[in-house]
Amino acid sequence: MTSDVNQSRRRLIAGSAVLGGAAGAAVTWPFVASFEPSERARAAGAPVEADIAALEPGQLMTVEWRGKPVWILRRTKEMLAALEKDKVLLADPESRQSEQPPFARNEARAQKPEYLVLVGICTHLGCSPTSKLQAGDPSMGANWSGGFFCPCHGSRFDLAGRVFANMPAPTNLPVPPYKFVSDTKIVIGEDTKGA
Amino acid sequence: MANGTTTANGGTWAQKALGWVDDRFPLTVLWKSQIAEYYAPKNMNFWYFFGSLSLLVLVNQIVTGIFLTMNYKPDANLAFASVEYIMREVPYGWLIRYMHSTGASAFFIVVYLHMFRALLYGSYRPPRELTWIFGCLIFLTLMGEAFFGYLLPWGQMSYWGAQVIVNLFGAIPVIGEDLSIWIRGDYVVSDATLNRFFALHVIALPLVLLGLVAAHLIALHETGSNNPDGVEIKKLKDPKTGIPLDGIPFHPYYTVKDIFGAMVFLFLFSLIMFFAPELGGYFLEYNNFIPADPLKTPEHIAPVWYFTPFYSILRATTTEFMYVVAAGIAVLTLLYWRDYKGIWKLIVPAAAVVAIALCFLMEAKVWGVIFMGLSVLIFMAMPWLDLSPAKSIRYKGPIYKFALILFAIVFVVLGYLGVKPPTDILTRVAQAGTVLYFAFFLLMPWYSRIDKTKPVPERVSYAH
Repeated sequence: MTSDVNQSRRRLIAGSAVLGGAAGAAVTWPFVASFEPSERARAAGAPVEADIAALEPGQLMTVEWRGKPVWILRRTKEMLAALEKDKVLLADPESRQSEQPPFARNEARAQKPEYLVLVGICTHLGCSPTSKLQAGDPSMGANWSGGFFCPCHGSRFDLAGRVFANMPAPTNLPVPPYKFVSDTKIVIGEDTKGA
Repeated sequence: MANGTTTANGGTWAQKALGWVDDRFPLTVLWKSQIAEYYAPKNMNFWYFFGSLSLLVLVNQIVTGIFLTMNYKPDANLAFASVEYIMREVPYGWLIRYMHSTGASAFFIVVYLHMFRALLYGSYRPPRELTWIFGCLIFLTLMGEAFFGYLLPWGQMSYWGAQVIVNLFGAIPVIGEDLSIWIRGDYVVSDATLNRFFALHVIALPLVLLGLVAAHLIALHETGSNNPDGVEIKKLKDPKTGIPLDGIPFHPYYTVKDIFGAMVFLFLFSLIMFFAPELGGYFLEYNNFIPADPLKTPEHIAPVWYFTPFYSILRATTTEFMYVVAAGIAVLTLLYWRDYKGIWKLIVPAAAVVAIALCFLMEAKVWGVIFMGLSVLIFMAMPWLDLSPAKSIRYKGPIYKFALILFAIVFVVLGYLGVKPPTDILTRVAQAGTVLYFAFFLLMPWYSRIDKTKPVPERVSYAH
């Protein structure tokens, strides 16, 4: 049997199969690459300006930046005091594993402690947590000192967006780059140094 | 077979026409071999309705889907309003849309019952492994189809459901983040995502689905159908005709039976479609009547009911749960110790040690995604997990009966927990359910061997 095989034709078939296979694989590339974000999607994401003049103490406002909700919370003195209380229960109280500009790597996770700026997207699977700002909110239990609760998988965050330990979310809510252009205006998406 | 017999003189014009076709295309041959002279076991019961019903629902989804695309707009600014337009202004648009949305849930109901039938009677066992695997792939494709389709109405649940599921891929180490951007085509779920999900939902996956359905049926007709006794009817044939003694032609016996089943099914289907198309928020979720808002997640989000058992497994996987998983890996490794031969006596324990180490090195979030994927894929391993001498539950021992009933209960309980908000107690229940879910499969090689089976008869029993 094997002696009848024309070896040079076999090699030709094998060679063409390899080349054809390589060409076939190469043709998939443009299709796979077409799934990447388009130039338009890449270009979107310009900084946005938020006017915080009307924001009362204890009030939260939401602005859209790169299609994501960004929260600006004007914290009261009680809210800032509460940050210390639950520190031992947090997964990353010093924000070592978490995403924030260097100026926000502090306990208040803010440039000015009074104003908290956070990307309101849970670091677990991307839901937007619900504000549960009131201490002792009945749905959160008597020990609750205010913060955020993700309705999808139950992660809890304190009033600096720091996640409690043993929650599905691995890290604290990210702080976006931002800067104060005046006392009542914040630009989100631009850092102080990048101005 | 078709040669020469048909071009002869005589016969009515219809016979001549058929003959003309048969000389060019094996119409009569196919009709006979696949339908009129396809011999199916004579004892197929109630549980055998769900295969043909799946096909019926598939046709319903394709036909209604085609008509929905004629008015639907896959554009983030227009999608929600175009669905409302179909519901309120397109003549009978409401009916076509409810046929499609009710059909989606009905699809999963009949497919789950169809799969349960296979677990009852061992339809996955040799020689039907490939029929089973094609079926599992159909189930997988169907889940993709349902997921992509669910984004299209662009309601709050569509949006946030897609957000969560696409972010699951972000949990994969190293490539995860880029992979989820690649799937979305954007940094968040957006118009690009909607448009591509539409293409996948209406073209790509239906083609894959049809191909797999064809493969499923071709494989089934090669081996012949299983039956409630799990007896191979092809073993005993009439010596003269070569027809299995316990076989009856699919047509007219099972076509008539399946038409009856279809009538009962369509009756129930119509009841839901006309009187309760939302089915209390289970078939169409209330939050999906609110347009997608990328800035606000609804207070309570849950997937549609047919995904919830797997979703519960995802949620049950917490950091603490990984201790249970590590213990489980150790127990399984020791349980099957005597089965490892030669080099495997080293490889298996080494792999177990690596797996246990990874339990604590990788985030629980990653494991949650892995377990959710495994909970779907593990069905494919059934032909090699079940080592019982009997195929059908009728002759299997008490352990399998108990295990299957427990598995069915656990599946329903996990499904129920998946629509509930997570609390500490419910999470514990879901974790227990997750352990039992996987135990059904992973302990099967052990309990199916020690189970006390009854002797399997030569021929099917018809008195049941």
